[in-house]
Amino acid sequence: MAETISLEVLRYSPERDAEPSFQTYDVPLRKDWVVLDALNYIKDKVDGSLTFRWSCRMGICGSCGMMVNGEPKLTCATFLSNYANENKPVRVQPLRYFPVIRDLVVEVTDFMTKLQSVKPWLIREKEKPVSDGEYLQTPDQLDRYKQFSMCINCLLCYAACPVYGLDPVFIGPAAIALAQRYNMDSRDEGAHERMDVLAQHEGIWGCTFVGECTKVCPKHVDPAGAIQQYKLTATIERFKTFLMPWAAR
Amino acid sequence: MDISYHDVLLVGGGGAGLRAAIAVAETNPNLSVAVVSKVYPMRSHTVSAEGGAAGVIKSGDTLDDHAYDTISGGDWLCDQDAVEIFVKEAPEELLRLEHWGCPWSRDPDGHIAVRAFGGMKKMRTWFAADKTGFHLLHTLFQTTLKYKAVTRYDEWFVTKLLVDEGRVQGVVALQLMSGRIQAITAKSVILCTGGCGRVFPFTTNASIKTGDGMALAFQAGAPLKDMEFVQYHPTGLPFTGILITEAARSEGGYLINKDGYRYLQDYNLGTPTDKPVLRNMELGPRDRLSQAFVKEVEKGRTTDTPYGPVVHLDLRHLGEKIINSRLPFVRELCLKYENIDPIKELIPVRPVIHYMMGGVSTDNNGATPLTGLYAAGEVACVSINGANRLGSNSLPELLVFGARAGKAAALAGMEQKPPSERVAAQALDEKRRLEEQFLGKTGGRERIATIRSEMHQAMESGAGIYRNQTSLQKAADKLRELRERFRDIRIDDHSLTFNTELVAALELSFMLEVGSTIVESALYRTESRGAHQRTDFAGRDDRNFLAHTLIFCNPDGSARLEQAPVVITRWPPGERVYGVKSEVKEVAAR
Ligand SMILES: Cc1cc2nc3c(=O)[nH]c(=O)nc-3n(C[C@H](O)[C@H](O)[C@H](O)COP(=O)(O)OP(=O)(O)OC[C@H]3O[C@@H](n4cnc5c(N)ncnc54)[C@H](O)[C@@H]3O)c2cc1C
Ligand code: SF4
Ligand code: FES
Repeated sequence: MAETISLEVLRYSPERDAEPSFQTYDVPLRKDWVVLDALNYIKDKVDGSLTFRWSCRMGICGSCGMMVNGEPKLTCATFLSNYANENKPVRVQPLRYFPVIRDLVVEVTDFMTKLQSVKPWLIREKEKPVSDGEYLQTPDQLDRYKQFSMCINCLLCYAACPVYGLDPVFIGPAAIALAQRYNMDSRDEGAHERMDVLAQHEGIWGCTFVGECTKVCPKHVDPAGAIQQYKLTATIERFKTFLMPWAAR
Repeated sequence: MDISYHDVLLVGGGGAGLRAAIAVAETNPNLSVAVVSKVYPMRSHTVSAEGGAAGVIKSGDTLDDHAYDTISGGDWLCDQDAVEIFVKEAPEELLRLEHWGCPWSRDPDGHIAVRAFGGMKKMRTWFAADKTGFHLLHTLFQTTLKYKAVTRYDEWFVTKLLVDEGRVQGVVALQLMSGRIQAITAKSVILCTGGCGRVFPFTTNASIKTGDGMALAFQAGAPLKDMEFVQYHPTGLPFTGILITEAARSEGGYLINKDGYRYLQDYNLGTPTDKPVLRNMELGPRDRLSQAFVKEVEKGRTTDTPYGPVVHLDLRHLGEKIINSRLPFVRELCLKYENIDPIKELIPVRPVIHYMMGGVSTDNNGATPLTGLYAAGEVACVSINGANRLGSNSLPELLVFGARAGKAAALAGMEQKPPSERVAAQALDEKRRLEEQFLGKTGGRERIATIRSEMHQAMESGAGIYRNQTSLQKAADKLRELRERFRDIRIDDHSLTFNTELVAALELSFMLEVGSTIVESALYRTESRGAHQRTDFAGRDDRNFLAHTLIFCNPDGSARLEQAPVVITRWPPGERVYGVKSEVKEVAAR
């Protein structure tokens, strides 16, 4: 393995730069180093102003998503050595389709609003008191939504989604997966309320099942599957309202 | 300067902060609640807890059993009234989380499933697969989204507590995105800022765990309690601090030194067997395993790596089948984050800092001695953890005491007056300090990373697994020097937009403060108990030290130490013979 590897990192400071530009750094190439370690090396030793988010370095906090050689990646789970034989610098950019705040940090408030809008909490018509114990849920019932509950909100799927790229109003893969996470939960009774929210977003019908979101998801959430499921239920609901207005709420 | 007003302000959006926020909203829906967090709440460190959360729910288990395990595991330094509250309310809190949608793992009949956990003599640890903390945090976060009274300040960094007339009245915070510095005032403030593992070089803790809340409280005049008790986990990956669970050893993994020798046999930990034997060798008590590592380093029998000395965990003889079926998560962590395949390669491991037993001193409602200030979660010390935390007790702790602190702060806040005008002046001073000492600063010479790594060195060699008067004094002197040098810090970044270097500098200043309180408290306690092991004072000394250590900040910045009584209700300190000792000390630190 070569001793060092070059990183080409996007730099942009709104106070200073009219345009983003790339800066190249040489960093040690170690077998156990991920792209994030290289960024930290630069920040500690070379340039303290390099700006990026990270926290857990174990693929669970969801803060370190970036584009690495054009692909959305968790940089704490992407080894430098994967790129050692490519004979060109590893290109690190902020997540695609999001406004850039600075360097590798993108603005995610839009996602936070979308997340909240799908009512990602358990909705019950009647709450039972805690003293009455747990709502029963068999392992099979748990399995029905479990996959959708694994989302770490890393937003790689948005950076991979061509629909979101064209139409930022599209509520997007992770938010839909989270809506489905609650819809499919045997304890939940709020699917109708969430349906009303999702139905306002025509964007969803623009999804062409390219399935890029599912391919890049580091947690195997399968947001494309969630979108497909949702569309199916939504279509049935639409028919119900149309054919039997009394059946739908 | 802008000022915003709330009734209750949470610093921290981890498990403790979010639970407290909901408690405020449910106590009085008319109160306005602010959650200020330096990262988006769902990024908080609670997310990385894997193992589970303890709470008595199955027949055959009792609250007294859970209390006894906790108290003996804590080497009798827990406040037993607090533990009794804790064990009673833990199951209620875990159930409440179930009602909010937490995907707890289930028995075939649909009831909550529990698993065994080191140090817990009955099965009582609730879990959500191997991602308990992740599910707990996301459930709490998503649930808070339905409360209109909660205002979030995401990616705002708190730099100071505002205190006037002996009462905490709010904070000064920096909005990362805009660089705006402003006062956020409230009638009560709850610190939920988590632990401080990053004061040490090798830790399972995320980069955000820099002890901010402990330093903020200390500087504002609230005492810290039992800061000398810092928990190690014997097997972490050296560079990333990723934790390799005890399961790897219970399945039959070997710990070997650089000669391939199972060194634990040299430390009274039994004789090597092919198959794992409970309490023998690799399955000996955790603190003893960590201590054996230090001895191996001293003997020069460890392997040197760029990250310092390591020993190796050898799983290769278990074979692909066992590793894949019984330890898939261990293999995944090694493969994904360290580029090591345990089927073919040795795993480098060493003891890593895992959890902070000490923290801001509170009563059973999370109140600190400083009026208006509360604390809950890892930042606080109630204490239910005593000298050694039991694995899977901290998640329920942050729920139980987060809820209690939220409720207490809500009730107290209703009676209080709004903040005085002097508070605004204080905030302006703080803003000026940040601008002069950091943002506008030119020409410093000391790099943040250099001071940080010298601090790490000082803490590890002075206040690590073993301590003594000399090593601690050296660490204390070094930290004093570093605090001096910190004034000459060099800042490359003068931008107002998302200035992470400024954050790193402020975090470093907090860590230097917290590190000193750890060292001073460790100097003060001249006995060995739980996680605090002094080579010059071996053995527990109940006559002089069955007491909490309180450390205060004097007005001139120096520290003052005091003792406070431990509350004993029904479990007098146990006499410990070896067998029992090994039992009480074998606590899972996950
Ligand atoms: C790898 C690992 C595994 C673990 N496994 C378990 C387990 O299985 N069972 C168990 O019981 N415990 C476990 N623990 C311990 C447990 O996870 C923690 O003690 C607990 O999650 C701490 O939660 P908290 O809410 O107190 O703080 P955190 O979750 O750390 O949250 C701190 C919050 O404070 C905010 N904050 C900090 N400083 C500032 C500032 N200056 N300004 C603004 N905001 C600030 C942060 O943004 C964050 O939101 C584990 C710990 C680790 C490291
Ligand atoms: S669905 Fe997957 S890719 Fe999208 S935010 Fe969630 S974890 Fe990330
Ligand atoms: S740093 Fe937490 S997911 Fe990468």
